[in-house]
Amino acid sequence: MGELSEEKLKDLEVKANKIRQLIIEMLVEAGSGHSAGPLGMADIFTAFYFHILNHDPKNPDMPDRDRLILSNGHIVPVRYATMALAGYFPIEELKTLRKINSRLQGHPHAASLPGLETTSGPLGEGLSQAIGIALAAKLDGKKFQVYCITSDGEHQEGNTWEAIMFAGKYKVNIINVIDRNNIQIDGNTENIMPLEPLKEKYEAFNWHVVEVDGNDIKAFIEAVEEAKKIIDKPVFILTNTVPGKGVSFMENDYTWHGKPPTKEEAEKAMTELKQLATSG
Amino acid sequence: MLNPHLNLSPKIFDQDVEKKATRDGFGKALVELGEANKDVVVLTGDLSESTRTDGFAKKFPERFFECGVAEQNMAAIAAGLSEGGKIPFISSYATFSPGKNWETIRTTIIYNQANVKIAGHHAGIMTGPDGATHQATEDIAITRPWPGIIVFVPCDAVEAKKTTIEAGRIKGPVYLRYSRDKSPIITTEETPFESGKVQTFWTSESPQVSIFATGYILYHALLAAKELEEEGIKTLVLNVATIKPADEKGILSAVKETGAVVTVEDHQVAGGLGGLIAEILAKNMPAPIEFIGLQDTFAESGKPDELIEKYGMGKNSIKEAVKKVISRK
Repeated sequence: MGELSEEKLKDLEVKANKIRQLIIEMLVEAGSGHSAGPLGMADIFTAFYFHILNHDPKNPDMPDRDRLILSNGHIVPVRYATMALAGYFPIEELKTLRKINSRLQGHPHAASLPGLETTSGPLGEGLSQAIGIALAAKLDGKKFQVYCITSDGEHQEGNTWEAIMFAGKYKVNIINVIDRNNIQIDGNTENIMPLEPLKEKYEAFNWHVVEVDGNDIKAFIEAVEEAKKIIDKPVFILTNTVPGKGVSFMENDYTWHGKPPTKEEAEKAMTELKQLATSG
Repeated sequence: MLNPHLNLSPKIFDQDVEKKATRDGFGKALVELGEANKDVVVLTGDLSESTRTDGFAKKFPERFFECGVAEQNMAAIAAGLSEGGKIPFISSYATFSPGKNWETIRTTIIYNQANVKIAGHHAGIMTGPDGATHQATEDIAITRPWPGIIVFVPCDAVEAKKTTIEAGRIKGPVYLRYSRDKSPIITTEETPFESGKVQTFWTSESPQVSIFATGYILYHALLAAKELEEEGIKTLVLNVATIKPADEKGILSAVKETGAVVTVEDHQVAGGLGGLIAEILAKNMPAPIEFIGLQDTFAESGKPDELIEKYGMGKNSIKEAVKKVISRK
């Protein structure tokens, strides 16, 4: 991870805005998919692909690359948009999302597109897979970092807690970044099935916890830097994000969890995002 | 008569036939695989002794992961280990894995063609006194439709060791089905194990019925065939150790000879071996078929022999099914 200069940070913020625009364009073209989660996570994906990760878009299978495991596969449009912008595949291909003969499956399928690492969509399985990858790396004495992105909603899955328990027991060197946006498809998480106090729960399972604003790129990068220094425990980065971030009528509204914008809504969203880009 | 070309155990029909559990063959093979390949890793869900992974755990503690009672986590961690270049074997009772964690396996292992071996133990009603909660009787039906998986059901402990070693050689997902109780040793070290092929264990001149059996219950089919021959009824008994990919050619060739079929399995007849053979025959060569197995019901606690008798899977039930299917020709 290099130094984060003022110019670099400015560039990352421009990229995050561009990624949000690509997400809107993809979703309206696809006619189905999830809006709020991908928009909320654009800053974190930008930070990962353009600053944090050791990776090579032209060599996605590079053996010593850092691993970024996306557990909540339904937010994959943000990963596709970020990967395209980073040079993994042509930006034009984003328009094939969810269409027949596309490499961009509605939920990510590892074998379909180089660079995805794992297959996900059914919730609660990514953290376990990330743990498995970290265990294999440890057996082979490899030093790359394994990151996992999980949603808050999938912390209602038993499998997620099985994985949290396992990582605490085996002191797995792993960083789990939660997209704590407080919404899920049926409503707000604390109404559907309360998750709090998440920080204390992780600590009780023998994890180190760092809390940060997930829409503040600089703060998030600093949180990852802190997390990487912890080597005797798994680390949980509790990132508070705004679902639908950047599009006023989508922000913090759970009804945008699982639907795409209409053509008119997409135009409105694009206008807002372009305004943010010039004003910011 | 027993097929003289397969070096089967000459003591099969003796009163004091040697008995061993197929899970013991699995445990021995794991240790051999661990010695031969440092990438072999083993995971269990709090069942290391009863699924016979304890030998591997003792010998290779750094490559053994005790996951606790958490089968979904075990499956997905194995998928991750495979992604990292390892050859994981996950081991639990089949009702829990691939039962309880079916979707986790589907998504993280099968859809990715991950190099994970799923060992399902305590298969069938012969699990006995634990009762129906622990008797896996649908596991073939829930694994067989998965694209790209290989499904092995060994007939005895000797073949169980061979199928386990073979699973370690195969690149990709494999389901291995093992039983709890001791069952007669049918094959020998010299019996050739042919992955993907049915093998004729009992042959006759001008046979009237082809009996396909999978797993330890093949022994009961052989007992039936021997007595039927004494009564003048001639059969073939075929060991179906590979459920998937199915040996269509071998199955059709055996049915062509007889024109009638009995399937024998300690599993629900729907979706298991019976379903498989019926699918192949319906597509290629319709023939009368009788199904020995669990008939759309759950079993109960009891001794294995008592259960096999009560639920109509033993020698006498097989003999009746053979006679019935001949009458339908």
